Amino acid sequence: MTRLFNALGGAVVRLIQYLGEVVLLAADTFRSIFTHRIRWKLFLVQVVEIGLLSQLVVVITGGFTGAVFAAQTFFQFNKIGMGSAVGAVVSVAILRELGPVLTALMVTGRVGAAMSAEIGTMKVTEQIDALRALAVYPVDYLVVPRALAMMLSVPLLVAECTAVGIAASYFVAVYMLEIDPTYFVANMVRWTRNRDIIMALTKAFCFGLLIVFISCHKGLTTREGAVGVGRATTEAVVNGSLAVLISNFFLTMTLNIVYPAGYQ
Amino acid sequence: MSVEPGTTILPPETAAATARAQDRHPPMISARGVRKKIGAQEILRGVDLDVAAGETLAVIGRSGAGKSVLLKHCIGLMHPDAGEVLIDGQNIVDLNERELATIRQKVGILFQGAALFDSMTVAENIAFPLREAGEKNAETIRGKVREMLEVMELEGEEEKMPVNLSGGMKKRVGLARAIVRRPSCILYDEPTSGLDPVVSDSINRLIRRLQKRYGVTSVVVTHDMKSAFDVADRIAYLHEGQIYFHGTAAELQQSTDPLLQDFLLGRSEEDRLPSPGAIASSSP
Repeated sequence: MTRLFNALGGAVVRLIQYLGEVVLLAADTFRSIFTHRIRWKLFLVQVVEIGLLSQLVVVITGGFTGAVFAAQTFFQFNKIGMGSAVGAVVSVAILRELGPVLTALMVTGRVGAAMSAEIGTMKVTEQIDALRALAVYPVDYLVVPRALAMMLSVPLLVAECTAVGIAASYFVAVYMLEIDPTYFVANMVRWTRNRDIIMALTKAFCFGLLIVFISCHKGLTTREGAVGVGRATTEAVVNGSLAVLISNFFLTMTLNIVYPAGYQ
Repeated sequence: MSVEPGTTILPPETAAATARAQDRHPPMISARGVRKKIGAQEILRGVDLDVAAGETLAVIGRSGAGKSVLLKHCIGLMHPDAGEVLIDGQNIVDLNERELATIRQKVGILFQGAALFDSMTVAENIAFPLREAGEKNAETIRGKVREMLEVMELEGEEEKMPVNLSGGMKKRVGLARAIVRRPSCILYDEPTSGLDPVVSDSINRLIRRLQKRYGVTSVVVTHDMKSAFDVADRIAYLHEGQIYFHGTAAELQQSTDPLLQDFLLGRSEEDRLPSPGAIASSSP
């Protein structure tokens, strides 16, 4: 019994320590953004890496999610004669939940894994030590450009994902399920508010920060060679995905107070 | 002469000579009672070491003796659990990463695996410290990179990626990157490990050439005795986390201490010949 409590206590202490380290990295990054030179060239490279090269993944995710969501909603709503409400349901759901969460999960898998693997490899091959030895603070050089690029790219990717999702749902609803396009668009416009868009972008911004700090922290604390890099990459994706899903609940509950859902 | 582990063998005349040398040149690097534990293992157990400005010190010792750990303390990449490390008179132990940046501009380091940035070409690696120091003039950067390539005998290799370089070339690029900002001190971590004797000799010649050309203070961590004898003004033998011997190459060679002799001759304890007395007493 004592052993069980010791193990549980140890796990809790390790979790608190880990969260503390990620928060300290975030604090260090924001301090660096406001007090030190920003390497804009590296920032642009990261925008290309995170934003531009994630286009295909995000478009496919958004498109097929919107399409299948429109179909499922229609199958249920049509039974009670509310088929024309598909546009409103899909639009609000994609903006408030599906768009930000699915985009963030895809970015975690594609970008978070690459970040932790790249920084982790630099760590185990002494390239991070070389940066430090050359009087370059690794947070300034590696984390700041990535954090800034995530702050810009993830909201744009979410906007793209939701737009493609809504467009795909329109295509499926109108051309495949034969919903009247006038009712589809009218209901969508009536029930979708600016606050839904703000909520989507706010969530995207927060998810972007979570992913970048979790991934960079894993990279910077990598140990034990190639095995360590593999472990850090896996943990970055798992922790990043869990952080997105868990924080999404709290963000939804908090943001719903400021930006309540529905027609009011 | 048999010596207890942890004792520094310093003949009186050598100690006096060292003291005279340090009177002329105040120590560029000083370690005072440096202790470091990694996990459960105590790597450094109170290291005291001075490196005078302009001199080349070779730190030798068996694998795992803590040579690289000691070297990393000299540039603040590792922090001691106890003791002080002074660079140019300034204690760097309590400095944070940003405060260390000023100190690190005075000290260059060649890592054991060269630690080149693998996303950059040879020229970009060498130019990196200049760009980070705020140098914007492309012509100045090109000129300095060209000069470094010439010193390192790497002309024509500037557009290659690190993955396409041999071990010796990587070390030379790493060295070029370390010295392009003209530090007053260079630390070498196993500069000849993993290289064939010919390439090793070219690296040793390079180290000597840099000493002559730029008059830098150097600390060379190595277990390659030929390299140590070739480049060093003085040699320190690190054993069980302490400086066991500190003197010139000639003094090291003349030493009759079995531990030093074993290391010099590359002899394991089992290979050590028993003394005639021991043979006589063990015979029936």
